[in-house]
Amino acid sequence: MSHQELQAVFAGFGGQGVLFAGKVVAYAGLIEGREVSWLPSYGPEMRGGTANCSVTLSDDPIGSPLIAHPNVLVAMNQPSFDKFAPELAEGGIVVYDDALITPGSELPGAFGIPATSLAEQAGLDGLMNMVLVGNVWARAPFCSRETLDEAVGKCVSTARAHLIEKNKEAIALGIEAAHGA
Amino acid sequence: MQEKIVAQRPHALLPHVTNYCPGCTHGIVERLVAETLDELDVEGRTVGVAPVGCSVMSYDFFGCDMIEAAHGRAPAVATGVKRSLPDRIVFAYQGDGDLASIGMAETVHAATRGENITIIFINNAIYGMTGGQMAPTSLPSQVTQTSPYGRDTLTAGYPIRVCELLSTLDGVAYLERVSVDTPKSVRNAKRAIRRAFQNQVDHVGYSLIEVVSTCPTNWKMTPMEAFEWMRQNMLTYYPLGVYKDVQAEGFANAAEAASARAAGCPMVQEAVKEARS
Amino acid sequence: MTEKTLMKGNEAIAEAALRAGCRNFFGYPITPQTELAAYMSRKLPKLGGTYLQAESEVAAINMLYGAAAAGVRAMTSSSSPGISLKTEGISYMAGADLPGVIVNVQRGGPGLGSIQPSQSDYFQATRAMGHGDFYLPVLAPSTVQEMADLTYVAFDVADRYRTPVVILADGMLGQMMEPVVMPEALDPADLPEKPWATCGHEGKRAHTIVNSLHLDPQALHDENVQRFERYERIKQDETRVETYLTEDADIVIAAFGAAARIARSAVNAAREEGIRAGLIRPITLWPYPAEAFCACSARAFITVELNMGQMIEDVRLAVEGAAPVSFFGRCGGVIPTPDEVLEEIRTTAEGLV
Repeated sequence: MSHQELQAVFAGFGGQGVLFAGKVVAYAGLIEGREVSWLPSYGPEMRGGTANCSVTLSDDPIGSPLIAHPNVLVAMNQPSFDKFAPELAEGGIVVYDDALITPGSELPGAFGIPATSLAEQAGLDGLMNMVLVGNVWARAPFCSRETLDEAVGKCVSTARAHLIEKNKEAIALGIEAAHGA
Repeated sequence: MQEKIVAQRPHALLPHVTNYCPGCTHGIVERLVAETLDELDVEGRTVGVAPVGCSVMSYDFFGCDMIEAAHGRAPAVATGVKRSLPDRIVFAYQGDGDLASIGMAETVHAATRGENITIIFINNAIYGMTGGQMAPTSLPSQVTQTSPYGRDTLTAGYPIRVCELLSTLDGVAYLERVSVDTPKSVRNAKRAIRRAFQNQVDHVGYSLIEVVSTCPTNWKMTPMEAFEWMRQNMLTYYPLGVYKDVQAEGFANAAEAASARAAGCPMVQEAVKEARS
Repeated sequence: MTEKTLMKGNEAIAEAALRAGCRNFFGYPITPQTELAAYMSRKLPKLGGTYLQAESEVAAINMLYGAAAAGVRAMTSSSSPGISLKTEGISYMAGADLPGVIVNVQRGGPGLGSIQPSQSDYFQATRAMGHGDFYLPVLAPSTVQEMADLTYVAFDVADRYRTPVVILADGMLGQMMEPVVMPEALDPADLPEKPWATCGHEGKRAHTIVNSLHLDPQALHDENVQRFERYERIKQDETRVETYLTEDADIVIAAFGAAARIARSAVNAAREEGIRAGLIRPITLWPYPAEAFCACSARAFITVELNMGQMIEDVRLAVEGAAPVSFFGRCGGVIPTPDEVLEEIRTTAEGLV
């Protein structure tokens, strides 16, 4: 869907890397010269509560950066899944961690993977968010594979450059999990 | 016959007729400030900030560049100037309503930030320009337009002693309370004012001189009666003297005094180390 | 940094201000402008500038007043409740003809309101930014790129006309990231001198006075008349507006800032349905681009705002009764969807046939 508009929502608890995951996708759009917007939720909910961001990649100027009906949802906790999954656009997909989330009903286009344990087994603690990004990319590629890795490099600050490779590994893990499924 | 000049207008005081009432002490204090600017040879690199109050139009009287500030905001305006032009000499000239009532937050915070500026504070225990209302420094039982039965401390609370209040703040280098009711006290006030400007030149830190003053018009007294009332009632409530002087305590500036005072606090000592490196 | 990068709107304003030669920032914490002040606190000390967290908004605006009087480029930023506190100082700046940039990253009101995006300070910005008889240029960015570009413009306009300038943004524009290309950085030392500044006369000129007090009625009258002559020049030369598909439009939406983005999506959707809709997006809210409304032959206007209907008054003044003007808005931080605006367009279109 590289030439289709991507309207993605990333949602979970603060501290799970929700905003970062969205930022990587936004940078991927920037690298490929597309119109991009990234809009976070902000306020008291940032501090320990739920956090989410809306990311739009488009070939046309972006109107509202707020996404009411995402065509991609990355859910990292149950409240986020319950809140956003019903709002999914027709034909949209949800990717979620199946250890953290139990879908209430059968939902076409919903893909649960054990993102947290995949990351931990590979020694990539705390990178469940990037496993999900890789997984969602494999199912609905919004940029080239190289761009995705390059975007990671743009989003990790120089002080934490040692984490770039780990983030890339987590993405690869997520892609692998999609192909295995 | 040789001409000998024994007294003349300071260069930093312009030949402008003031708006002050007969017997008002503003004229004396402004002359002392102007003499100081002359003696330190800083008029050309000085920016003064005038308040709202009787001295509102002192921007016309001082020869240095002048800014008229909103009521009470002179320390914030002075901060803006000093931070933008750190090599300039910046002073604010304020009355009691301006400095200690509406502008108390700006006063306290400029002091605690240790802004390297000079404040001249005229305390005459009344709002002069608006016609003699109760001020934050009006004395208990003092009759004013808005305390016609005398300031009732049960309802109007107590006067603020500004020097004492500010003396607790680490950012402050020098505080002295003076008066200008006799030739001797005028000479003493001059010494203090000059010191407050010299401190700024030498980067010693925030300096404030409180001048206990009179308001014959609104006190409804002759100038001489006003001085007598001031000596009896104000100087007993607002004793003259030095309230803080970090140099007299043996420190080079306010920052050194502040870190010595908090010698036991590791965070402070860390800051001192960083400042030195 | 002329390459395209992703930046938050708040940070784009801060970086553009630095590039415009601003080295003095005075602020007080408030959501949702936080990132702007934080950015300044990181960058300014390294540029030899001043970042100062004031004790209050009142103090911050008066520090801006002092810095502006000293002749340097300076800025303050806040959000709605904090801007109310600044209005005293803004009035004094206008009265003393001081340039300076004031950023309002709006949130819902009145009172403490919310921290979510809003456009409810339109009246305040365009009508009553403090007491007295004055206006100030109000720039309303709609993208992160414009947050940067209009900040750069704001400093120029402020200096050229000796007036405070307001950037009226909102929490959405402040918080969102979009690609942005920064304007060229200029050296503050290269900025034109300000002969009126109070920066020390060095014995080379008469003393300067920065002041807004004129006890002589005639003097104040003359001062104000002169300022309003300057306002006329601002109206002529600084009015900015974007029009989108207005030439043949039957229905024209008027919207600024974040609301204009939503309106634009709705206009596109309406066009797909065969409804001839267009958009007028004022970029300056004062001076208001009234001529853009006279130039189009729409049969109906709709204003779309994130408030209870404020700009609609300017639209009505501009349209002068030539066509009906209706309002659609959400407030308190509720963001309308393009679908909701489209529905409004449909209803209006039905009324036209």
